[in-house]
Amino acid sequence: MGELELPSDRESAIPLNPTGSAFDWSKVVLNVLLPVAGVVAALLIGAIMLLLLGANPIAAFAAMINGAAGSKFGITQTLVKATPLLLVGSGICIAFRANMIHIGGEGQIIVGALAGAWLPLSFPTVSGWLLIPATCIVGFMAGAVWGFIPGILKARLRVNEILSTIMMNAIAQQLMNLLLQGALMDPEGIAHGTFLAQSAQLPRQAWLPRLVPQTLLHGGAIIAVVLAVAVYLFLWRTTIGYDIRAVGLNPNAARYSGINVPYYEALSLTLAGGFAGLAGAIEVMGVQHRLMDGLTSGYGFTGIVAALLGGLHPLGLIPASIFFGGLLVGADKMQRAVQVPSSLVMAILGLIVLFVSSAAIWSRRWAARRRIAEQLDKEGQP
Amino acid sequence: MRGVFSLDVVSGILNTMVGLATPFLYAAIGETFAQSSGVVNLGVDGIMLLSAFAAFYVSLISGSLWLGLAAAAAVGLILGLLMSLVSVTLKAEQGVSGIGLYMFGLGMSSLLFKVLVGTVKTLQGFKPLHIPLLGDIPFVGPILFNNNILVYGAFLLVPLSWWILEKTTLGLKIKSVGQNPAAADSLGISVNGIRYLSVCAGAALAGIAGASLSISLLDLFQDNLTAGQGFIAVALVYFGGWSPFGVLAGALLFSVVNSFQLWMQVLGVKIPANIAVMLPYLLTIAALTVTVNRARQPAALNKPFERGES
Amino acid sequence: MKLKRVLIAFVLVSALVAGVAAAPFRIAVIMPSATTDMAFSQSMWGALLTIQKEMGGPSALEIKYTDNMFNVPDAAAAIRDYASQGFDIVIAHGSQYGSSVQEIAPDFPKVTFAWGTDVNTFGMKNVYAYTAAAEQGGFVNGVLAAKLTKSQKIGVTGPVEVGDAKTYIDGFVQGVMSVNKGITVSKTWTGSFSDVALMTAAAKTHIASGADVLTGSSQSVVGSIGAAKDAGKVLWFGTQADQASLAPALVVASQVYDWTGMLRDIISQHKAGVLGGKTYVLTLENGGLKVAYNPSYSLPKAAKSAGDAAIAGITKGSIKVEP
Repeated sequence: MGELELPSDRESAIPLNPTGSAFDWSKVVLNVLLPVAGVVAALLIGAIMLLLLGANPIAAFAAMINGAAGSKFGITQTLVKATPLLLVGSGICIAFRANMIHIGGEGQIIVGALAGAWLPLSFPTVSGWLLIPATCIVGFMAGAVWGFIPGILKARLRVNEILSTIMMNAIAQQLMNLLLQGALMDPEGIAHGTFLAQSAQLPRQAWLPRLVPQTLLHGGAIIAVVLAVAVYLFLWRTTIGYDIRAVGLNPNAARYSGINVPYYEALSLTLAGGFAGLAGAIEVMGVQHRLMDGLTSGYGFTGIVAALLGGLHPLGLIPASIFFGGLLVGADKMQRAVQVPSSLVMAILGLIVLFVSSAAIWSRRWAARRRIAEQLDKEGQP
Repeated sequence: MRGVFSLDVVSGILNTMVGLATPFLYAAIGETFAQSSGVVNLGVDGIMLLSAFAAFYVSLISGSLWLGLAAAAAVGLILGLLMSLVSVTLKAEQGVSGIGLYMFGLGMSSLLFKVLVGTVKTLQGFKPLHIPLLGDIPFVGPILFNNNILVYGAFLLVPLSWWILEKTTLGLKIKSVGQNPAAADSLGISVNGIRYLSVCAGAALAGIAGASLSISLLDLFQDNLTAGQGFIAVALVYFGGWSPFGVLAGALLFSVVNSFQLWMQVLGVKIPANIAVMLPYLLTIAALTVTVNRARQPAALNKPFERGES
Repeated sequence: MKLKRVLIAFVLVSALVAGVAAAPFRIAVIMPSATTDMAFSQSMWGALLTIQKEMGGPSALEIKYTDNMFNVPDAAAAIRDYASQGFDIVIAHGSQYGSSVQEIAPDFPKVTFAWGTDVNTFGMKNVYAYTAAAEQGGFVNGVLAAKLTKSQKIGVTGPVEVGDAKTYIDGFVQGVMSVNKGITVSKTWTGSFSDVALMTAAAKTHIASGADVLTGSSQSVVGSIGAAKDAGKVLWFGTQADQASLAPALVVASQVYDWTGMLRDIISQHKAGVLGGKTYVLTLENGGLKVAYNPSYSLPKAAKSAGDAAIAGITKGSIKVEP
């Protein structure tokens, strides 16, 4: 009796562009339209909930669009939200492409932010030209360590990465609490007797420059875009990147062809951690200019959503982050305009994520059919 | 001051552990069913929250805790159907759909709480049920046999679910669908049907986990009542190697360390509180490095099934 | 002719005055947690609703709110948005909003920005800062707790040792020590402001170790109160909001943050043209902090007089409580 071939040998867990290329326009159209349709479906349900709460859905959605795109501040705010999504998402692309599904972003952002605050505060007189890149590197490394630990646990001991990253998230939160209560607490807070859970303000030269006056848009946005392109080049134009993707597409085949699968699993988790850590450091340097509790704002999770919206492709991630960032900004504006509880906004966002994640199926079915068609083509059908 | 390891203290630690472990047991065993059939549901925390609210609210207005419990299970079931639709039929990326479900549950529970209740209220939840004879055994009695009915249910669920998964045809079907859906399909098993069943059962159990918080252990509802316990429950499934007894071990380990660190704080042991709070998480990871779990995960985990794709 | 002109002028002026009088005063508030948290956010929300009723309802005072703003850039967007909509006062009710207020306030010189809890107005003319001397009510609660404990063991269930959770508890311990240094005060910190289950477990642990009086801070202390209820005879002291409703039989007293006095002052100052530049500290002396005795709990006379004496002492300044 022959060996049954396991589906795991043929398919990976993640919907990938089967051909792997970035500029298949029909696919781009499908990948964009379908999620948008998902958003619309979720918003329709949201409209019903708005009506039940006595709010005007049309006014609400008009406010949503206005909030994200209708003003200089709205547009820049969208980009401000998109920056950490892009950074975390780039790392997620690497990890998920290696089939390492993890949710460690929150903890990695925290340790990156810790490092991103500690370095400038410890060396307050160093010039910005040195301090900012150094802080970025330190933030990246801190996040990388936080990703390496689940990575090595997976590689050596086959510890599931969802389990280990959930644990690491909680440990990071307590680590931050510990430092913010003690070594990193703002001396001003101690002096005034307020004991706030925040660090001292970073020295001026560690502040990322603001790109547009009277808005929060900062230089980190440029760093994020540059790095997204870099990750694309890494995954598609280097041997390491190829190996990472091979491991994700078919670990058995990769193993047979001599690729050290556990090594690349650990590497991908480490790199993903690094990007999330960098996101934390950049948020500290660019937005709050100090470390404070709550800075992660769920980016560890929403970064995953953005990455999937972008087809797990760094170049697709750029518009996906902007779209999702706009969604978040617009939703907040809607809350202010019609004065519904912000928990309604959270519920609608959840529905959007649910619906958009199911919209991906159609593009996959369609892509599978195309795959077969290409196959037939190759076999020389007249 | 009593010694750190006096009988009283140990008894106290174990007693607290039992209460802490209860929601984990329901939610994690539920998730074990779902994952054994091949579906990852990261939205467990959201289900727990919405069900916890449902249990609290229905109990509050109807005066019946059992009605509240039923409401929680029903809400869980409905959310399970939603998750199945999205993840099994529509084959969404399960990690993301789970996050969406979590956000939805978190938002809806807070919204409904704000609109329907408005401020924190308490109710009289399930009272502890003293089991005669067994409850009078010294030391063991107060810990194990003086709890409320949902706590007993959680612990009874462990051997029950083990029996279902290991000793019944249904369990066999569930596991085969999770290991090799193509083969199961060719044997006439409805892969999607079994997955629907498992995910919904898991979600209903997550609903009861929520109820165990709002109408038995804490007797109230508040915004974000679970504070992430649903995610820990999912983690425990991996820790337990997809076996109910493994999940029990994980839930007890996590809860006993949590209970222990609280005792250490109360007794004034000189360790920074934040380090103490980290201990359950650190020890869970440590336990994994020491007792390497050889269980293989269900081969088809996180992979939607489509006939003809293999 | 002249009469006609006078009449027209009169009508125009009255319309103008009526128009001005009809325009409501507008306050926007941004908060980091839910308005239902029975703690920090709820205390400000409740105060605003009280002021609104005082002033004559929504037609006299328009309030718009945004809660659950724990993300700082989102809060910054909200603050800027409300300011640009012409609100008279924008309340940024969260210490993490400081840098946002500092950046935004100069762009809206006619808007009053009030933020807390902190003491820094950044030297700006349209910024108020506010905070609460939580350690004061903590001290009073501590004195009462020390008088009421029979087991000489008191438990403190805290979230994270920062902010007014820390100052309240530090004050509480000072209060206990001022009555009897031999009382054991145990502290636990759950590391979270929202983990109710862990807070309940912490309270149960205190009770199991012999504590018969508990206190704590943050929205998750509803769990501690529940544990006290289960145990039966354990007493509770609350802070930030009046928690008597949760367990009428055993909540002895709560320190209540009463922001209404400060709000009234800010509103009248704004109408008079002063938009900021002051730091408000809620204290027992100025009535911003109140110790609300629970009428359903019968407090023994000796304890009550000790508590009142503590209040008086702090108010007069003869008792100094360190934050």
